[in-house]
Amino acid sequence: MIYEGKKKIWSEYQKEIPDDHYFYVRSCIRQTFFPASEWAFLDICRNKLNKDMFETEHHTTCGGIAYHSDVIPQETSMTIIARQFALMHKYGYQNYVCSCITSFGLYCETLESWREFPELQEKIADNLMKTCGLELAKPKFLVHTCDLIYKYRNLIAAQAKFKLVNKNTGKPLRVVEHIGCHYSKMFPSKGVGGAEYPYVLTGMIEAWGGEIIDYPERRHCCGFGFRQYFIQSNRGYSLSNTYKKFESMEPYKPDMIITNCPGCSYFMDRWQYVIAETKGKTYGEDKHGVPVFTYEEVAGLVMGYDPWDLGLQIHQIGPEQVLDKIGIPYDPAKKYLGKNGKDMGKPDFVECIK
Amino acid sequence: MNNNVLIIGGGPAGLEAASRLQWFGYNTILIEKTDRLGGHLAEWDHLFPTGKPAKEVLNDLLQNITRVKCFLGTNVNSINILDKSYNVILSNGITVLADAVLIASGFDLFKAEKKEEYGYGIYDSVITNADLEKYYKTKNDSRIHNPKKIGFVHCVGSRDEKVGNLACSKVCCATAVKQACEIKQEFPEAEVYCFYMDLRMFGRYYEDLYLKAQKQYDIRFIRGRVSEVSENQDKTLQIKAEDTLSSRPIKITLDLLILMAGIRPAEAGERIGNMLQLSKEDDGFFTTKDTVFSMQKSNIQGLFFAGACTGPKTIPDTLHEARSAALEINEYLVKNFTCNK
Amino acid sequence: MIDFGYTFNPSSRINLDNFDRVKFNKLVEIEPDVKTCMACGSCCASCSAGKYTPTSLRSAILALQNGLPEKALDFLKGCMLCGKCTMICPRGINTRHLIISITKIYSAK
Repeated sequence: MIYEGKKKIWSEYQKEIPDDHYFYVRSCIRQTFFPASEWAFLDICRNKLNKDMFETEHHTTCGGIAYHSDVIPQETSMTIIARQFALMHKYGYQNYVCSCITSFGLYCETLESWREFPELQEKIADNLMKTCGLELAKPKFLVHTCDLIYKYRNLIAAQAKFKLVNKNTGKPLRVVEHIGCHYSKMFPSKGVGGAEYPYVLTGMIEAWGGEIIDYPERRHCCGFGFRQYFIQSNRGYSLSNTYKKFESMEPYKPDMIITNCPGCSYFMDRWQYVIAETKGKTYGEDKHGVPVFTYEEVAGLVMGYDPWDLGLQIHQIGPEQVLDKIGIPYDPAKKYLGKNGKDMGKPDFVECIK
Repeated sequence: MNNNVLIIGGGPAGLEAASRLQWFGYNTILIEKTDRLGGHLAEWDHLFPTGKPAKEVLNDLLQNITRVKCFLGTNVNSINILDKSYNVILSNGITVLADAVLIASGFDLFKAEKKEEYGYGIYDSVITNADLEKYYKTKNDSRIHNPKKIGFVHCVGSRDEKVGNLACSKVCCATAVKQACEIKQEFPEAEVYCFYMDLRMFGRYYEDLYLKAQKQYDIRFIRGRVSEVSENQDKTLQIKAEDTLSSRPIKITLDLLILMAGIRPAEAGERIGNMLQLSKEDDGFFTTKDTVFSMQKSNIQGLFFAGACTGPKTIPDTLHEARSAALEINEYLVKNFTCNK
Repeated sequence: MIDFGYTFNPSSRINLDNFDRVKFNKLVEIEPDVKTCMACGSCCASCSAGKYTPTSLRSAILALQNGLPEKALDFLKGCMLCGKCTMICPRGINTRHLIISITKIYSAK
């Protein structure tokens, strides 16, 4: 592997990311899958890095799931998005940051469609005025939260209490990075690093001390994609995609996986259980799986947040082995307690995977 | 009075035109931007389809230019049209007042790093056709050590809208088959695969070369593009391609992958073209006076083309064009300059 | 065992690393011209059986080269050895002999 070759490609796909003053919109499914990730992002940006992240209670979902499942037509989702942009303008912001990869893909697609077909933009402006009484606006910069964490990675590393290094062996942790399809494959120029060798997560891991693994199926889709798995009998297709990725990364013995898409994190985490139950195969040491994290969770961990405040107890594959390797202190007893120590009950435990 | 003819480019086209113009008796000046004559021909080992050594052809070309003034390591700083002649200021300080100019600036190979998915410059075992030809000459390349499975990818940088070149580069298919046979001779135990879209074996003896590749060297031709190249832990390459004839995706592990980089107009030639505001076609090569009868003439009086600057060409084609350009220049000079009448 | 209601999808990808060169070389020994097939399809276009069954010599040779011998034998099941493919093959392959050779070598257990 000639690293300089990759660096040359990365230098060709630079993306302009403003430093501050963002209008933040939440993601519908990330709230459910990874409840503390968005909280962690806002806490890090506002309180630790003193950035201006504004959010309003009037914003909604982008409609991505419905659009990608053919429940609403494109025009509707474009009008929803136009409303989001109009709110951003109303509160005086020009920089738009969204939390979900599919949203990001949909926003890019909408802006590109409006640029290429001005009559479509007119129509949506008209719709927006009739339904909400708002004027159409377009953000000057559209980024994803992983772009921001990438931009702040050195600031985070400066404040970091832990590094992604195995404290017993002194070697960097072996990290597999997985990029959501809608981030770079749809619009390579809008992703940091382009489509073939994206740099956004690699840059973060390198800044925080880890080591990135390049394995053959690195660019393969995890199989999420909405339509494929909504119907139960079709889920085998999604499962097989993730299985192929795990089979390919197995010889490299990764310590953890980091992704920037909520669907990918979810699938790569949960499908390990299905693979363990049906095939009896696990990919970590001693019947453990490989823990999957979002980039905010990793940022939170290196900055010293309590793992249970970051929502890591919701993960199927327990993060304890990685926490032990890094040396992050945690209280196993508090894992399933809620706020103020309230007992929320425990999930059912399975035999096949830890 | 003897007319000055300036030839820009010291490759096969420039050299052959120079020797003919010398025979006609003109005062011929040839400039070459690198420090040796021969152009790309000096980098090749054996030529298709019969395996003639490139060195022999180059030696023949260098025979009859003893009275041609060759300036190596020289570029054109400026070129202006004055009445009927061209005022050319060279980078070595010399000014030439040329009555006719022949552009023989040739081609550059497509930069294979631009096809990022093939990993040239990123993975150790991915090389280009030019790298392989150099290996045949020098037998020295750290990336090639006893490969057991070898693949050739056709159409890298050609027939591809994503890299901005829709045209076919003509010579790479024949080159690929030739190089596949040669690598099989070099490593007889290896398995060789060629991934092609269409196999352009148009010339005389090319089909025989194809048959020889299949029958004598067991080379497997797979019709379908390569989509992605990745590296395994042991540094072997995992190739994903499509086998269009069976409509299924195909995967194979290879030790060495050779990319057939396509033919693009030379950057040096484009510089000269911009100075003279020469028009180019959509494929990036210069516009000739017409496409059938006068392909050595440009739309400007006294300016002629020969060789790959007007499109991908084989070496025999280049030599024919050079001779034809010399004829055209001679006719032009006799008709337009009174001292010749 | 939990029944999830779905299971793994089999991969439809051809893996050329699984190609059995030993058996293919045995075929080459008795019919070396198999290597010169250029998949032009003249044999299938003229095939009598091919109009009513999935018989196809081109597909059979391709399946052998892709390491799928059972599929190859399937493609030759309907062949009547009428010889029209031999008449037309532009590469001059003795296709009747090839068909018989393929069946002989790859049917052997």
